Amino acid sequence: MEEINNKELFTVTVFSENRVGLLNQISIIFTRRKLNIESLSVSPSSIAGVHKFTITAYADETTIAKLVQQIEKRIDVLKSFYYRDDEIVYQEVALYKVPTAELLDEKNLEAIIRHHNARILEITREYTVIEKTGHDDETTALFEELKRYDIRQFVRSGRVAVTKSPEEYVTMYIEERARRKEEVERCLSEE
Amino acid sequence: MNEMISGAEALVRSLMAEGVDTIFGYPGGAIIPVFDRLYDYKDRLRNILVRHEQGAIHAAQGYARVSGRTGVVVVTSGPAATNVITGLSDAMMDSTPLVVITGQVGSELLGSDAFQETDVIGITQPVTKWSYQIRNVEDLRWAVGRAFYIASTGRPGPVVLDFAKNAQTAMMEWRGYKKCRFVRTYEPCPEISEADVDRVAQMIDKAKRPLIIAGHGVEIAGGEQELLRLARKAQVPLATTLLGLSTVDSDEPLFKGFVGMHGNVAANVAIGECDVLVAVGMRFDDRVTGDPVHFATQASVVHIDIDSSEFGKIIKPAATIHGDAKAVLSMLADKVSPARHDEWLSSFEKARKVELEKVIKPELDDCSRITMGSVARKVAEAAGRGAVLVTDVGQNQMLSARYFKYTAPRSIITSGGLGTMGFGLPASIGAKIGAPDRTVCFFTGDGGLQMTEEELGVILHYGIDVKIVLLNNNFLGMVRQWQTLFYDRRFSATELVNPNFVMLANAYGIPAEEVETPDQLDAAIGRMFAHKGAYLLNINIDPEELVYPMTPAGAPCTTILLNKVEKYEH
Repeated sequence: MEEINNKELFTVTVFSENRVGLLNQISIIFTRRKLNIESLSVSPSSIAGVHKFTITAYADETTIAKLVQQIEKRIDVLKSFYYRDDEIVYQEVALYKVPTAELLDEKNLEAIIRHHNARILEITREYTVIEKTGHDDETTALFEELKRYDIRQFVRSGRVAVTKSPEEYVTMYIEERARRKEEVERCLSEE
Repeated sequence: MNEMISGAEALVRSLMAEGVDTIFGYPGGAIIPVFDRLYDYKDRLRNILVRHEQGAIHAAQGYARVSGRTGVVVVTSGPAATNVITGLSDAMMDSTPLVVITGQVGSELLGSDAFQETDVIGITQPVTKWSYQIRNVEDLRWAVGRAFYIASTGRPGPVVLDFAKNAQTAMMEWRGYKKCRFVRTYEPCPEISEADVDRVAQMIDKAKRPLIIAGHGVEIAGGEQELLRLARKAQVPLATTLLGLSTVDSDEPLFKGFVGMHGNVAANVAIGECDVLVAVGMRFDDRVTGDPVHFATQASVVHIDIDSSEFGKIIKPAATIHGDAKAVLSMLADKVSPARHDEWLSSFEKARKVELEKVIKPELDDCSRITMGSVARKVAEAAGRGAVLVTDVGQNQMLSARYFKYTAPRSIITSGGLGTMGFGLPASIGAKIGAPDRTVCFFTGDGGLQMTEEELGVILHYGIDVKIVLLNNNFLGMVRQWQTLFYDRRFSATELVNPNFVMLANAYGIPAEEVETPDQLDAAIGRMFAHKGAYLLNINIDPEELVYPMTPAGAPCTTILLNKVEKYEH
């Protein structure tokens, strides 16, 4: 195992064109610098045609800053940023599949669900699926509590995050580039 | 209704619209439709048929680096595509504009392990600036336009277009070709911050001991005149990197040599003594910095580059200017105040004299054997002004680079970043094709030559005039040097049993001769240059000759070995 002492968890966001092969381009930049991706999620962003990657990794700030520069260097990447936890609002979702029979014997089931602010998505005779959204430590806490019911499956999504900054840099950047494109086209038509 | 043409035909027309007149190619199953179309345009778009795809890409690199134009390679899928990987990686490291078109199996077969299928995009992504698979003929013009734009602008680099066979044969409506001038996610020509330039100009004005290190970026930008104007106006001594050697005339008084492991003593010593170090178009390779922790710690480092991801990658700069080297140097030359640094400039004399006495004279005046440095100096003198040096990798590279004379821009073509043995022969062929009026001198070793010697066939086939100087010590000399210095002379796997290189050259119709003693050298060089066409000199080199000066790997760049027993004393 790599030492993770003196490293902290950073959230890297990447905005890119929606083009085949970008995930590979981005992930190999982590691999080459011996950085392990803790979680990853990819989805369309609020801007049409722009994809957003949210990636978490343990690193020191120098390494993560260089990594973000290398990501941004890729041609189809619009912008990339890195954040500490206090700069973003973030969330994860976890699903727990537990045998229904075991849960039925539990007198405190209601208390557990209430306490963790979790919810039940499905109940069958065989199993029950519980959902919990929250930060990593919160979903882990519920996992610990449900352990005694013999959790059959557990899955946690990658982190999704939005910034606390009032400025929307990517939108501004795209607008600026659109203006630039018009300029270039105007110059070409004048030629 | 516009004309309907095949994807292959559209590719050929697009290449011509980009101004391409030469490609380096090798046909095969998945690219036959393109070669079929080339047959009709032979007079306008010439294919140089290489003997191996690695040869194609290194030739295209030589062509691109000597001319500044984008080198174009066309090869088939599978093994041909994997054979160009070394060249892609080399071009990525040395910022060389290339568009490499690989054939690919039809889209319907992709992912099925079809015959000669390989995941070209997956393999090439880490070693290209951009790569794209053309599966649909409608993407073709867009992809070709972007490929040339991306390869040639900003910090140049290699681009791969993986061209599926179905898209080569599919028909499309030809609506002419439009060059790409804009990609929204890519800013090749950043606006230069005037404030940054002002700040650096002030730093240079205030400096007592300024030093400029010019790299390959200055050559790519064509900023040689601006570099000299800045250096002369502020009287700043100039050093270069290995790849930047021909950005300044070797005889320029302000030029103090090149930096790095086998660079000039005065240039390396100055890194440890300057107060402001202006690094322009270079990236602090470990062969330049030695141990980066000890690199120029006393100095404020200014980093000028078009690629902002280089800032702080290795050396933390005190100031940066993001932009094209030529434009930045021009602005700086306007803004700095005229200055004199007589004392600082004369301080280089000490190291220069030490190098002259301890390294250069023993190399050039050794009558007992033919030294590699003396060959390089004599060849440079005989080749005359404007000659191009192409090297392979190893001792031949370092000694020819050290002792050659550079009198024009774009005069050194060498595999700097990747250090690719076998680069030289095909690169020299490409260089001659890219600059037919210039004399091309190719220095190689017996190891490197044999890595791509099949390309002698291209010299024969097209009558390429390359002067081949084979420094033959029957060893892999640079590895042997390390074994001599650091591995107790345990010469593991470095001795070669070689063919008769004169006969080998003759087999390809290339006149050649053996040079065994120092007294034969001048006449042999004379005959080589008197001959019209390619010529090979197989020169007998003592395997005990080592490249000096040398900074051992990982040591500070100011730790300099002058010979087997002496170190430079500061």
